[in-house]
Amino acid sequence: MRWLPQNVSTFGGDIDWVFRLILYIVGVWFILAEGTLLYFVLRYRRKSGRSALFNDGETWRELAWVFIPALIVLVLDLGIDAAGGSVWDKIKGGPPPATVEVQVKAKQFNWEFTYAGPDGKFGTADDITSENELHVPINQVVRLTLTSADVIHSFFAPNLRLKQDIVPGRTIPAWFEATATGSYPIACTELCGFGHYSMAGTLVVQSPQDYARWLKEHSTQSTASADTDRARRAN
Amino acid sequence: MGSSEVSANAGAGTASAGDLQSTGSDRLLRELPIGKIGIWWFLASEIMIFGGLITCYVLMRIAHGGWEAEAAHVKWRLGAANTLVLVTSSLTMILAHYSVERDDRGAVSRYLGITVILGLVFLGIKTFEYWSDLREGFTPLSGMFWSFYYMMTGLHAIHVTAGIVINAVLFVMARRGTLWPRVQQRVEFAGLYWHFVDVVWIFLFPLLYLS
Amino acid sequence: MAEQVHAQGIAGSQIESHHELGFLRRYIFSVDHKTIAKQYLSLSLFMAIVGGFTAYLIRWQLAWPETSVAGWGYVEPDGYNAIVTMHGTIMVFFVAMPMLLGAFGNFLIPLMVGAGDMAFPRLNAFSFWTLFTASMVLLASFFVPGGPAAAGWTSYAPLSDNPLYTGVNWGINLWIIAVALEFASFLMGGVNFLTTALNMRARGMTLWRMPLMVWMEIIAAVVFLLSVGPLVAGAVMLLLDRTIGTGFFAPDRGGDPLLWQHLFWFFGHPEVYVVALPGFGVMMEVMPVFSRKPIFGYRTIVTSVIAAGLLSFIVWAHHMFVSGMDPRLATPFSITTILISVPFAIMVFAMIATLWRGSISLKTPMLFALGGLASFMLGGVTGIFLGSAAVDIYLHGTYFVVAHFHYTLFPTVFFGGFAGLYYWYPKMFGRMMNETLGQIHFVLTFVCFNAVFIPLFLTGLAGNPRRIYETTAYEFLKPVQPLHVIATIATIVLLLGQFPFIANFVVSMFRGARAPQNPWQANTLEWQTDSPPPHGNFRTIPVVFRGPYDYTVPAAAQDWAPQSQSDREIGLAAAGG
Repeated sequence: MRWLPQNVSTFGGDIDWVFRLILYIVGVWFILAEGTLLYFVLRYRRKSGRSALFNDGETWRELAWVFIPALIVLVLDLGIDAAGGSVWDKIKGGPPPATVEVQVKAKQFNWEFTYAGPDGKFGTADDITSENELHVPINQVVRLTLTSADVIHSFFAPNLRLKQDIVPGRTIPAWFEATATGSYPIACTELCGFGHYSMAGTLVVQSPQDYARWLKEHSTQSTASADTDRARRAN
Repeated sequence: MGSSEVSANAGAGTASAGDLQSTGSDRLLRELPIGKIGIWWFLASEIMIFGGLITCYVLMRIAHGGWEAEAAHVKWRLGAANTLVLVTSSLTMILAHYSVERDDRGAVSRYLGITVILGLVFLGIKTFEYWSDLREGFTPLSGMFWSFYYMMTGLHAIHVTAGIVINAVLFVMARRGTLWPRVQQRVEFAGLYWHFVDVVWIFLFPLLYLS
Repeated sequence: MAEQVHAQGIAGSQIESHHELGFLRRYIFSVDHKTIAKQYLSLSLFMAIVGGFTAYLIRWQLAWPETSVAGWGYVEPDGYNAIVTMHGTIMVFFVAMPMLLGAFGNFLIPLMVGAGDMAFPRLNAFSFWTLFTASMVLLASFFVPGGPAAAGWTSYAPLSDNPLYTGVNWGINLWIIAVALEFASFLMGGVNFLTTALNMRARGMTLWRMPLMVWMEIIAAVVFLLSVGPLVAGAVMLLLDRTIGTGFFAPDRGGDPLLWQHLFWFFGHPEVYVVALPGFGVMMEVMPVFSRKPIFGYRTIVTSVIAAGLLSFIVWAHHMFVSGMDPRLATPFSITTILISVPFAIMVFAMIATLWRGSISLKTPMLFALGGLASFMLGGVTGIFLGSAAVDIYLHGTYFVVAHFHYTLFPTVFFGGFAGLYYWYPKMFGRMMNETLGQIHFVLTFVCFNAVFIPLFLTGLAGNPRRIYETTAYEFLKPVQPLHVIATIATIVLLLGQFPFIANFVVSMFRGARAPQNPWQANTLEWQTDSPPPHGNFRTIPVVFRGPYDYTVPAAAQDWAPQSQSDREIGLAAAGG
């Protein structure tokens, strides 16, 4: 599907599959319905000598033309629901065992990603905090814990097909497993104030070695680079 | 509440059969006094407003562990007294309506008057209650329970006040004799509204005072 | 209001020698439903210009960020959020509702059921003036310090809950008050619709003989009535949070932001059907007339619309799939959402079936009705994507949603609205509009509307978030920027393309050909009285003998059969019917 961005997520393919299923089903209906509409409009243009047919759709035989297509629509609808339901459960039904845990704090107007650091515990002195850059290793389940410092934000990584609103006062989990290295965008998809448009983040998927190296570099380094990032954006 | 400009049954015309295919239920609808639909419409919207509010309160309360500590300081005796007052006032309203049917004009104005007085008693007790609560430091900002308490009882009190005004106007009209001839409708509609106000309180009382 | 002088002048004195009303009582505080309808119409058209202008500002900013908008100036990020908020608020509450319910409902219901006026004329006038006040409050919010509301037309908390988060103080408070007054206005208006339609129908006008327009209006009114209450409660809570510091929606004070979303969407979803249904009603009136055929499946349509109205109350959380609510709720709401497509499918199929073996005349009202139906279908099918929770994970909050709802709202509100205006203009104002200008207006509107929103579907698929001041702030969206430029150019042409309509509307009022009683040869009762109708609507209240859609009745003398004419009068033998 050319118009969707590259999928680098294990469950992204499932979403794309349901999308395509819906696209083909409604596409056929859409073309049929519009085609019929257009055909009728052209075919039954007013012509002298021909009058309209009085049929008002009050008999079951006539109504069959409406009810049978509607029934087909219903059946296809339920099929779409069934297909999507299992995908939804898989993604939002609770994360599989994760090897990487990241705490995500969204605020007006940037992202803070915190890693537990060498001791493996959050809230300790060796935690690593990255501004706007979420580094993860490839092919490992990453579990995110999403919190907000102020208003509702929404974590959206298009290439992961992942989106989750972040509500202050709540701790909301999300998970993914990335399948290709590279840099991918993160956006905020819930209006959060005048800087909403500028909450651009980056998802960096790395090889396990590169990821480990990045962690090591950042655990000793202060967040000085993050400060310059912030200053640059505050214009 | 009824309109004087257009007759409610303007369309009925003179009787005649022909192929008019008017069904029984159709005629029933058409012969309803127009104010009746109006008052029920209004009450339906009010039910949705209070219903929405009450539902929010219930769900929030359940979700947040019951608010028992906060709710312990409500003045349930005053609340109970008010319940008695309001229920009695609904009774007097019914008696006013009954007096209309018996064409006892004196009784109509008497019962309307008592209803007004009971309404004022309700507001008086409520005012005293608010004053005591505030004096003890329980303001609308004293936590979620109290926010809901003040909002729900406050909104209800506004509706009680409106009802008192309506009933007072009807009382004056009854005394002057200008309530007739459309007394039937007016007392009935005012009664429906007043009963609604009473029913809302009957929901609020246990939810706020007894839990 | 010169057209009203004209309108009242022709027929006003003929029917009753009632008291001579002063200017104020006659035009400003009129209780005549036809005048009130025109007041609603004027208000909605004015607000449409304001709303259209906000669309222009939004689209310019998106296509050419960091430039100054021609005719306005530079748009700042917080100003942008305010403009987006006001665009949605104005269009839904101050254009769609006043035009489709206030104007069409008020004008048509008494006429179509054969009544002399609405059941509660003074309440009717009061409801308009309440809306007028609401509009003034909303427009005033543009001028207060901090500017107008900027939290989206959905006003999610806590963004909207605390002035600190938006920098907007009185703007949002006034927004809340304006919207609350608008709710009150339509609650009052609705009681008139229902009472008049139930109580004041002419003799012979059974419920199953009422025109579909009337059905749509009263079902819309009932849906509105039953859905708005919880949001009224929510609005009070939001106002209290903002002014005295309660914490209904503030997590740090024990509240829950999601509570606002539930309250808002419990109303918000039925609301979109409230504004869509009358638009369909217009299409269902116009299509039989211009196909000379009955509407296909009248009773089926009524039943479907009632079903859709009922279902609309249990789909709301499809706006909240990824909101953080319990994920298990997604499944039931996905099911109800997808079910609601069935009654709409039935309606669409029935409308298409109406055209089969018809004798179709493509006058402007019919062009807009057909264009609206065709466009709505794209909105309808794109809803299926969003109703599937799994796919919604990706599409929620992107331009796909924006395009979807513009493809459902614009066709019903604007195409339906234009169809209705061109169709009933002769009846309302006693003049004919210019047909050529109408066709030009249609072509421009139809082509440009599609040119605006199809590109936006595509940007949404690419991941373009909504309510974004600068798309180019995202590297990954730079490739779709040309689509934004196309959409903006199309928007500008679309807006300019409304000038033929405005010119037509205004000039025809003075220079249009005098309209006969029934220029379209239609059956419904409003066409069996003068154009415009006199005070009291009918010289004698009609008696009704048939349904509204008896076109091309076999063996009748002509291809139309007014509801107020018996079988004998339309030339049928005595045994016919």
